[in-house]
Amino acid sequence: MEKKQALFNYLLRLADNSAILGHKLSEWCGHGPELEEDIAIINTALDLLGHSRSLYTYAGEVEGKGKTEDDLAFLRIEREYKNALITELPNGHYGDTIARQYLFDQFNYLLFIELEKSSDETVAAIAAKAIKEIRYHLRRSIEWTLRLGDGTEESHAKIQEAFDDVWAYTGDLFVQDDSDLVIIAEGIGPDLKAIQPIWREKVKATLAEATLLIPEDGWMHSGSKQGRHTEHMGHILSELQYMQRTYPGCEW
Amino acid sequence: MTDEELWDLLDEVMDPEIPVLSLVDLGVIRKAEFVAGDPVITITPTYSGCPAMKVMEEDIEAVLQGVGFDEYTIKTVLSPAWTTDWITEKGRKALQDYGIAPPEQATSDKGALLGHPKEVTCPNCKSRKTKMLSQFGSTPCKALYQCNDCKEPFDYFKCI
Repeated sequence: MEKKQALFNYLLRLADNSAILGHKLSEWCGHGPELEEDIAIINTALDLLGHSRSLYTYAGEVEGKGKTEDDLAFLRIEREYKNALITELPNGHYGDTIARQYLFDQFNYLLFIELEKSSDETVAAIAAKAIKEIRYHLRRSIEWTLRLGDGTEESHAKIQEAFDDVWAYTGDLFVQDDSDLVIIAEGIGPDLKAIQPIWREKVKATLAEATLLIPEDGWMHSGSKQGRHTEHMGHILSELQYMQRTYPGCEW
Repeated sequence: MTDEELWDLLDEVMDPEIPVLSLVDLGVIRKAEFVAGDPVITITPTYSGCPAMKVMEEDIEAVLQGVGFDEYTIKTVLSPAWTTDWITEKGRKALQDYGIAPPEQATSDKGALLGHPKEVTCPNCKSRKTKMLSQFGSTPCKALYQCNDCKEPFDYFKCI
């Protein structure tokens, strides 16, 4: 595979992760468990959308077909979205959202500190900007994991179940294909297989501190890099794309 | 107009969300110069998702047009990433007077070494006995604090 195609695929995956998770978090707007937390989660959503904008814009430039960030964000079909499956899962109760967020933030943090050293200058610049924000996303989701895990009997039981439920979607974060191999060889991004054991250690330590058990690795969902999504993705896109499908070319 | 006069002109453009702080004081304007007679302004976002960036661009366009420039370029760069160290001394003073605690300078408290939250001075009564209520405030760049002495809640322009 040539470098340009691999880079385009890679950028879309990163951008889709941020866009779809940001969209899911934005559904909490006005529904957070308390005012400060409502603001915090929407700030996080906004940061993620910011990351996706920079990444989509660059993906459009790399592809060289004149596509804008909006074309890429709003005008693809489901199979063309390459976000990790964990990002498209339903928000559930707040513990479900926190479990999903912590596991993703921990992954995203380890990924972006490596991307900061990317051989591609634009990727490195976007990552250097984003990592400042991802760092406090991670801090917040760790704090919530501790508070809920080491909280009341009920909060403990609920968040343990949330981690158990989401676990089967974590393997998908580390699946690599031909595009990844080109990206690694070119020094653009890290080998996810090297990140996986570090991620696991960090997660284990956080869950232990939160008096939670790390779920057992069993069968894992996969397929996001081929655009095979969960049943939830279609529902997300129907809302996300509504304006652009109804009023093609509309601008803010 | 000289490059210096161009900077002075841009110093009149205020942050849309913190109207006492100019874009120059905020450190959003990286470069302002004339290239072949036309102004070229380089800006950088404070936060990746800062919704005010678009408004800032439009406000810059408005002042340029206001003094008669039709041809100009506004470029956005991400690197080097903006940090609160780009805020000028004048900007820090303006924040303080407006009731927003300016970002604490990196050297001012040893708690950072131990991973403790930063000591922030209350912009209202100047007490150092304050506590963080939330890392996230009314805009992406601010955190929410409260003073333990005068009890007033206040915004802190967080340090990144």
